[in-house]
Amino acid sequence: MHCLWCDQKILPEVTWLTFLTPHKIKVLCEECKEKFSFIVGPVCIRCNRPMEGKGKTCYDCERWIAQNPSLECNISVFEYNSFMQEVISKWKYRGDYVLAELFREDVQQRFDEAFSHLNNLVVVPIPLSEERLQERGFNQAEAIASFVNYPSENAIKRIHTEKQSKKSRKERMTSTNPFQIQKPQRSTIVLIDDIYTTGRTLHHAAEVLKLSGAQEVHAFTLIRG
Amino acid sequence: MKFAQVISSLYSYFNSSFDWIPSTSTAKSHSPNVYPSLSGKLLLEKEVEMNKEEKEMLLSQGLLQRVPVIEDYVWGYLCRRCGNKKRRWFAGLPCDCGEECVYCRNCIEMGRVSTSSHFLVWTGSEPKWINDHVLKWDGELTFYQKRASEEIKSAIDSKNDLLVWAVCGAGKTEMLFEGLSHALAEGKRVCIATPRADVVKELFPRFQEVLPYVDMVALYGGSQHVDEGAQLVLSTTHQLLRYAQAFDVLIIDEVDAFPFYADSSLLWASRRAKKKESATIYLTATPRIRFKILSKLKKLQTVFVPQRFHGHPLPVPQFVSCFGWKSSLDKNTLPRKFKSWLHEKEAGTRRVLVFAPTIALAEQLADLIPNGVYVHSEDENRDEKVQQFREHEISILISTSILERGVTFPSIDVAVFHAGHRNFDEAALVQIVGRAGRSASDPNGDVVFFHDGKSEAMVEARYSILNMNDRSRKGER
Ligand SMILES: [Zn+2]
Ligand SMILES: [Zn+2]
Ligand SMILES: [Zn+2]
Repeated sequence: MHCLWCDQKILPEVTWLTFLTPHKIKVLCEECKEKFSFIVGPVCIRCNRPMEGKGKTCYDCERWIAQNPSLECNISVFEYNSFMQEVISKWKYRGDYVLAELFREDVQQRFDEAFSHLNNLVVVPIPLSEERLQERGFNQAEAIASFVNYPSENAIKRIHTEKQSKKSRKERMTSTNPFQIQKPQRSTIVLIDDIYTTGRTLHHAAEVLKLSGAQEVHAFTLIRG
Repeated sequence: MKFAQVISSLYSYFNSSFDWIPSTSTAKSHSPNVYPSLSGKLLLEKEVEMNKEEKEMLLSQGLLQRVPVIEDYVWGYLCRRCGNKKRRWFAGLPCDCGEECVYCRNCIEMGRVSTSSHFLVWTGSEPKWINDHVLKWDGELTFYQKRASEEIKSAIDSKNDLLVWAVCGAGKTEMLFEGLSHALAEGKRVCIATPRADVVKELFPRFQEVLPYVDMVALYGGSQHVDEGAQLVLSTTHQLLRYAQAFDVLIIDEVDAFPFYADSSLLWASRRAKKKESATIYLTATPRIRFKILSKLKKLQTVFVPQRFHGHPLPVPQFVSCFGWKSSLDKNTLPRKFKSWLHEKEAGTRRVLVFAPTIALAEQLADLIPNGVYVHSEDENRDEKVQQFREHEISILISTSILERGVTFPSIDVAVFHAGHRNFDEAALVQIVGRAGRSASDPNGDVVFFHDGKSEAMVEARYSILNMNDRSRKGER
């Protein structure tokens, strides 16, 4: 086995346990694994942002509640750091599809911890625009959604493009909804995306789903940016 | 699959043949010569800037041919762009075509290519260049330079390979002029490739000056230049990943430098970039073991340039044992012998360049040496510090391996601290010695290896220098 990121050889740990039971396939070497940073400690109860004090809601979330209270909460696996930035850029922008495997196990585990108590759960990956999908060849949100053991539906579609980097933060939080309903859902939904930054994308998607009859909308993201 | 096909497919695994590159057809020599920018290149469909009708027309005329980028052989996949055939460096990808495509992970930084990607290869006539080139250079070559220059010229004529083993400071650029202008005058296409972008930037104005009428281009990561069909291409070895059977003459400078010698895809691309019948000239002061063996076995013709351009021998490194340097540094003092050497140097007029094996050690030394400044590869002010050292504003510069090649300062003395460290291999040490005594007006320079136990690399490096000086003295072939 070789590390999927640095290509270093991974020596399988042989203990009496692994000797008796087939051991799990490792995709990352220990060195690379340590460079990811999990979200630990107190976080905002709605958006998972690390913050002081337990059980609180952050300022941005307060504003979302006032403005567009469709999204219940967001759960993320990792914090953003420079290593993650490197990995994401190679995965998403360079298009090294297989790197999604780095996240499979942690995504599965975190998702089950957070949502297995919900019934009738359907996951909805955030779609890319046609143009962007063409460019990358895959949708990173769909790749993440494929790791969880729940039915996945392409319930919404994107009508505006993703280009938002030139807009200010305020504009981004208030701009018009880029999504449209494609397949209305009645059940509980967990939206899936790679990163939660301002939350704009997810709140807009949640609004569209809520208006077309979804019971509750949650979000699950790989990274809390 | 027939047996013969299996055999030929297996053969293709061990002998990376380039049969898949459609050859430039001589029958089509009547084709209009209007696409010099495509000639000899491996461009992806999307990289060819051309309107659709024009492209279709050229394809139907057979002047452009579509070639799959990734080929599926019985033994596995081959990426024809980077030469990758390691199974684990390929991965699957859901594709528009409905099937799962396979893409190459090895060269993904250049943009992803998959089993559904194609090159468009130009098979029409090659560009023709005007043939009355004038070499604007009236310098004189030393005996050894002249001999190498002649060998280079004859290798170009006979389309052979040649290793030019020239000591640091031999003046190798000048040795190329004669053969180069000869090849260019015959209408040949030439590439001078080197692993280091710095070298490309340095050589380009030099060549523009001596070959003012030649159509030339400099290619390196981040350069704005585009090869529109230049006759002389100066490039990093990395840029060769975009060429196929383009060059009549390929000159690889510093063939032993990183990343070229350690990257099999660059080696592969360099073989693909030249025509089937072509000359390859390798230039180096410190050949790696493979070249040394080939040279020794006379499998690779070799010409030595054992003397520097100014005719003086290379400085021979002095070994000074410096046991207990660690405990000295721990006590925040410099080891005694090293300290007194520095003192002695401070009294003189030469500046001092100290090499340290690691950034941490360079930093530690800089703390303990008054007036000492250190520089390393990730240093933002690297160029600035080097410039200050050049201008005598810094008298002692402590460097990691980044200054071991390429840079020249007149009048310096050189110390290697902890020379036995494994980061200092033979090539590195010989290159470091080569920093001293570069100018004709001050051809000497003191070089000292401070160590706590001689390494094999140190001994080999000194042997290699003595050997070159010996050759130079004897004037032997
Ligand atoms: Zn690793
Ligand atoms: Zn919040
Ligand atoms: Zn490749």
